Amino acid sequence: MAYALQQLINGVALGMIYGLIAVGYTMVYGIIGMINFAHGDIFMVGAFVSLISFVLLTTGGWGAGPGAILLVLLVSMAVTALYGWSVERVAYRPLRGSFRLAPLISAIGMSIVLQNYVQVAQGARAKPIESVVTGSVELWHGNGFAVSISTMQALIVVVTLAVLAIFTWLVTKTSLGRAMRACEQDRKMAGLLGIDTDRTISITFVIGAALAAVAGTMYLLRYGVVHFSDGFLVGVKAFTAAVFGGIGSLPGAVLGGLLIGLIETFWSAYFSVQYKDVATFVILVITLVFMPTGLLGRAEVEKV
Amino acid sequence: MTIQRRTLLGATVAAPTILTAGAALAQARTIRIAMAGPLTGANATFGAQMREGATQLVTDLNAAGGVLGQQLVLETGDDACDPRQAVSVANQLAGRQVRVVLGHYCSGSSIPASKVYTEEGVLQISPASTNPAYTDSGAWNTFRTCGRDDQQGAVAGKYIAETYRGRRVAVLHDNSAYGKGLADETKKAMNAAGLTEQIYAAYTPGERDYNAVISRLKAANVDVIYVGGYHTEAGLIVRQAKEQGMNVTLIGGDALMTNEFWQISGAAGEGTLMTFSSDPRKRPTAAEVVARFRARNIDPEGFALYTYAAGQIWAEAAKKANTVDPRRVAETMKSSGPWQTVLGPISFDRKGDVTVPDYVFYIWKNGSYAEMS
Repeated sequence: MAYALQQLINGVALGMIYGLIAVGYTMVYGIIGMINFAHGDIFMVGAFVSLISFVLLTTGGWGAGPGAILLVLLVSMAVTALYGWSVERVAYRPLRGSFRLAPLISAIGMSIVLQNYVQVAQGARAKPIESVVTGSVELWHGNGFAVSISTMQALIVVVTLAVLAIFTWLVTKTSLGRAMRACEQDRKMAGLLGIDTDRTISITFVIGAALAAVAGTMYLLRYGVVHFSDGFLVGVKAFTAAVFGGIGSLPGAVLGGLLIGLIETFWSAYFSVQYKDVATFVILVITLVFMPTGLLGRAEVEKV
Repeated sequence: MTIQRRTLLGATVAAPTILTAGAALAQARTIRIAMAGPLTGANATFGAQMREGATQLVTDLNAAGGVLGQQLVLETGDDACDPRQAVSVANQLAGRQVRVVLGHYCSGSSIPASKVYTEEGVLQISPASTNPAYTDSGAWNTFRTCGRDDQQGAVAGKYIAETYRGRRVAVLHDNSAYGKGLADETKKAMNAAGLTEQIYAAYTPGERDYNAVISRLKAANVDVIYVGGYHTEAGLIVRQAKEQGMNVTLIGGDALMTNEFWQISGAAGEGTLMTFSSDPRKRPTAAEVVARFRARNIDPEGFALYTYAAGQIWAEAAKKANTVDPRRVAETMKSSGPWQTVLGPISFDRKGDVTVPDYVFYIWKNGSYAEMS
């Protein structure tokens, strides 16, 4: 029981990171109906920006307190958002009127460009930082097994939930959110009604990238290492999470991320670790066979 | 006018011909040798060590008049520890007519590359690939200056069984040729010495979150984790284990012999043990060469001297055989010897393995490693 609880904590903390990145995939899909394959790499860029900021802060002697973490988070969100905006401007907007597969290919191209750019600029080795957030709390002691939650795990859960609450509010309650939802339903009609669709799409990318930066910072703080290829590995999992939860649905993305984190963790906990990815994808396939739109996705209504 | 033009034409035709002839002449007087290993990717640090060793070797040999009166030219190949890239690098190097390849680093690269070298008639001496399969295939051209996993695993397994008798041990590996080979050999030696592991499992290299596996080890009350794998994952595993409040000792193989391990593990790496040959930098036979490295501001750590020794043996054998023909050099390397190298005298058996491996334990303390007394 204690063991299962510990694995639950491990799985939730992992799943939250997947969920945060999955939101970026799902938002972009929702608004322009394309998979932004460069999103995983945007996440990796976010982690690298945080890494550089942390190193600058520590060498500058400003230490690594909560203030420093907040500052790093904001810097990373700002810089990464700029990357997100540029990617959309350079690789997707010029292809918007083109056939469906064109932006998909340029997205894959962008992903390769970002990876190689970081590899060249930052080197090919995994970059470590020293532990910033340390310590853990023992929650419960049962059957000789101490269940503990580290400060970082708690921080990930709190930050993810807070960020999601903010963005849910943004999408459901503000005029920007209304514009986004309008573009999602019918971009041409929204344009006719006076919504600046290009600007709305840009902002969607900026928000997605900022969320990826939050995930990148949390990832860096949690594991202490980032490598230029991390965006691909984590990106694939997050994309899967978005599809699992129902692509286009914000709560679905988080739910998908959580489930993937939990399936991976519990499979590793009780069965062969080697087959955890196989298990995850088998469950994904079964889910999609019975619920083709994912867990919380809505069936696309054919517009006549 | 016409004459002038003709002369000019003649000159333009003649000039490149002379240049080519000059280049060909220079080529005839040089011997190409190669270093191949990961110059990019997660293991780039080891490739850099190997390149330093090879560069120093070529400089030293050329300063001493080259091999058989010919100067050496060093080619480098980057395999990024990717088996497919290793094969294409091997083909490239063979195409450039190299006589010997000092490399590769990862066993997973050395083994497929060796097939290419066998076909193309290139000698291969790996300074680092410890998987038994590399020389076990019985090819004429494969050698190594390092030990083998079964030798390394035998030392580690015996030590664990003796030191941690009655304690609980987990054996993990990353499913790579190197990692699994090492973990299996260690497990075999440990079991033979009377200690059975609680958990034997594989993890996925390249991931960052090993908490699920670690909680599993924690539930089994594991005291010792043996990792057959590379430094990034080993560093993360020990860091996350200590974060979960486990009091464990991590034990690994030669891949943990890099400062990057400590950068990733942080203080959690304190007390980590690993098997490696006794530090070649401290051997009396290496003193002179180490001084030459240091004069260039390079610390010949890790595999630098193993690469250097590999080249030394090849050069000595070529001199003895009085040819650089790879087959005849390979025969000489096996039949003659011991060869005097920076590592000390080295002889090869029929497979191309060193006859006297010397594995000892190293321990991480306060961010640096030292031979365990």
